[in-house]
Amino acid sequence: MAPKIVNDVFPPFSRILHWLMAVMILAMLLIGIAMVAALDDYHRLVSIHKPLGMLILVLVAVRLINRLFQPPPPLPAAMPAWQQIIAHASHFALYGLMFALPMVGWGMLSAARYPIVLWGPLQLPPILPHSLPLYTVLRDAHTVLAYLLFLTFLAHFAAAMMHALIYRDGVFQSMASWRGRATRPADPPSGAAS
Amino acid sequence: MQRDPDSSRKYGLPSFSDIGTLVRLAVVGALALVFVVAFAAAAGWLSPGRLTQDRMIAAFTQVNGPHPGFRRNHAKGVCGTGTFESNGNGEHLSSATVFKSGRMPVVARFAFAGGQPFVTDGPGIVRSLAISFRPPGGEEWRTGMIDIPVFPVRDPHVFYEQLVAGAPDPATGKPDPAKMEAFRAAHPDIARTTGIIKQHPFSSGFGDETYNALNAFRFVSATGAVTPVRWSVVPETPSTPQPQDQGADRGKNYLFDELIAAVGRGPLRWHLVVTLGHRGDPTDDATVPWPDAREHVDVGTVTIDRIEAEAPGNCRDINYDPLVLPAGIEPSDDPLLSARSAAYSESFRLRAGEPKTQSAVQVGAEGGK
Repeated sequence: MAPKIVNDVFPPFSRILHWLMAVMILAMLLIGIAMVAALDDYHRLVSIHKPLGMLILVLVAVRLINRLFQPPPPLPAAMPAWQQIIAHASHFALYGLMFALPMVGWGMLSAARYPIVLWGPLQLPPILPHSLPLYTVLRDAHTVLAYLLFLTFLAHFAAAMMHALIYRDGVFQSMASWRGRATRPADPPSGAAS
Repeated sequence: MQRDPDSSRKYGLPSFSDIGTLVRLAVVGALALVFVVAFAAAAGWLSPGRLTQDRMIAAFTQVNGPHPGFRRNHAKGVCGTGTFESNGNGEHLSSATVFKSGRMPVVARFAFAGGQPFVTDGPGIVRSLAISFRPPGGEEWRTGMIDIPVFPVRDPHVFYEQLVAGAPDPATGKPDPAKMEAFRAAHPDIARTTGIIKQHPFSSGFGDETYNALNAFRFVSATGAVTPVRWSVVPETPSTPQPQDQGADRGKNYLFDELIAAVGRGPLRWHLVVTLGHRGDPTDDATVPWPDAREHVDVGTVTIDRIEAEAPGNCRDINYDPLVLPAGIEPSDDPLLSARSAAYSESFRLRAGEPKTQSAVQVGAEGGK
């Protein structure tokens, strides 16, 4: 029987989305933490933060749809089950936070009755009524979720580096490769012998 | 046949006896640390001396004491609502919908400068008028104006120094004159701005006062032409000087009560007057008046026909952030603007989450309309 062929790298479009969003999200986290302290640069930073957040919201939707049509390559079969579970859970958390942060941001600006200016006359409508208690809950949530995203990002990055430098199992290359979509024979299921 | 019989073993604990593995582990840790340091640097945690929103707000609290639920500055105030009738004269200067001919609602707030929500009304306290213009289409414009002709300081950092210099000494409960003297010595320009401010005495009340947006902005026309501007609202009510019996016992809220009574008798009107700057007029320095000869354009009339006490959902819950601007109005290079926007936003964030106390200024049946 011919070995089943699986893709060992992410599809090019998935890789483009990943790295584009990686840069954007990292910038977003740094801008966010900087702007809540800033005076002189506050306006400059907040003027980037709002439209960039909305762009990330659009891209995460594109990314989820793309993921349905182009599923990621499987993790190496040899990876222990607990590590696979943590990997999947962290990816789930990343998607959840990438979606939740801009939605909470949009909601909190709505509840504070701040106009949500994207660019020039381009504005988003409010999605919640004007309410200070609602604003407070969402504003606090925005901070907590942002810290969680930074911590999840750190874990994701450290795990990627572990795969690249310690495990050296191709997981990092599956996202960090310049190649087109190469293929290799499928790993046999973990523990299987023939 | 398994391709790599050792493949699952490598996922265990790395071997700490292997120097190569140790080096690679250190690289992983160091790379992660780069991001942690970048985050900490962006947050300002590595530069504790930096002037932040926190420190600015803390200075207001140091001066005024804690007043949870209230604005950290311009704390004592009352809401007003009405309309803005644009006459179309501003349309060629700015593409903002607010300047197209027509009427739109406004939500305003009259207040005293300073962070004490229960301060006794006095003739010498700087008064402010903040307005949120709500033209059709949802592009809001907010502006906060005060009744002095120039801002005392040019720079938010100097403003902070001035605030701290005037804070009460914990030992005496009063500001330390030596600190204020040291501030004046370090910033001699304060004598010039104080002089300009003293030349313009306050009017007798809120309703007959001119309020100035001291910072410069940029009007951008539909064709892209940029005009540096400042604006004021000028009362239709003839301005009368302060009565001589100032200081007499006129009630804790007499200036606000007079405003409430005036609007009860009939709407109060102001003209929104835009001053057109010339090339070379300073846009980054709110301490310097522009020459009197500059062209003034009356772009419409603000009418306040109802006054109401601060309450949930009205002006109380609006942050009059001077950088809430429609397309067609842009910030200038004035450093105060970003700092105001930042400090107002932090004040708003804090007070939104604090328990509320009823505002000092309450409105009876005479609040207009």
